[in-house]
Amino acid sequence: MERIIFYIISVLMITFAVMAVSNRNLMRSIIYLLFVLLGTAAIYFMIEFYFLGAVQLTVYAGGIIVLYVNSVMLVEKINNPLPEVNSKRRLLAGIISTAGAALTITAILSYNFVHIAESKATETNIDKVGKALLNYGDKGYILPFEVISILLLAAMAGAIAIAKTNKLKKNNESK
Amino acid sequence: MIFGVSIYEILTVSTIIFFIGIYGFVTRKNLIAMLMSVELILNAGALNFVVINKYLFPDALGGVIFSLFIIAVAAAETALALAIIINLYRLIMSLKTDDLETMKF
Repeated sequence: MERIIFYIISVLMITFAVMAVSNRNLMRSIIYLLFVLLGTAAIYFMIEFYFLGAVQLTVYAGGIIVLYVNSVMLVEKINNPLPEVNSKRRLLAGIISTAGAALTITAILSYNFVHIAESKATETNIDKVGKALLNYGDKGYILPFEVISILLLAAMAGAIAIAKTNKLKKNNESK
Repeated sequence: MIFGVSIYEILTVSTIIFFIGIYGFVTRKNLIAMLMSVELILNAGALNFVVINKYLFPDALGGVIFSLFIIAVAAAETALALAIIINLYRLIMSLKTDDLETMKF
């Protein structure tokens, strides 16, 4: 049963990913990207990383997609399709990506991964993730956690500063 | 661990999505569409981290925490890049990569 669900999800994800990179209407391709992100969240839920799946749903599928939709509405007429890509470029990109995918998949399939037995696999809950994030001892991740908080703060301030540059310049000129 | 699904199948799916992202990054000429392809690539990378953590090192937490950081960095990157793109659009009224010729406005 899980196997069938996994196959359905992966076929949907690949189809929507292809549609997201090839559709000429920008708004539609954003919605197709949303379906790919939802499929990834479903796989996270299936391998029992519930916290990560929730983060994927809220930050990626919720936040980033809304950001994209807003900026597309600000800069583009929704019914204007993107210009056609010339076929030479498309052929080149297709050859590059197919060759890369074939090479990587053969490398993965020929490598012998050592599977851990099902019974030994332990469940990862939010409790463990939170303790690991705030642990400053061995196997603790407090330093990257703090660095990421500084990064998010800097990105927030930077985004506001960059988006308002034009207005600031005009104000200075008028003074 | 998904019952009946081996690590090879999940890694194959994430590889295919990664290279679809590469295809989009090469063919697209609109800045927002290129950023969307980068999003696909990052998503496939995060999926790989999680799957390898679950199947090969079930007691460790490194993969989960690394994917959390990937998601946070992707959010920051998207916010900044979209701010730059909107500012650029107000200055040159275009999002095509061929029209971007100068770095300083």
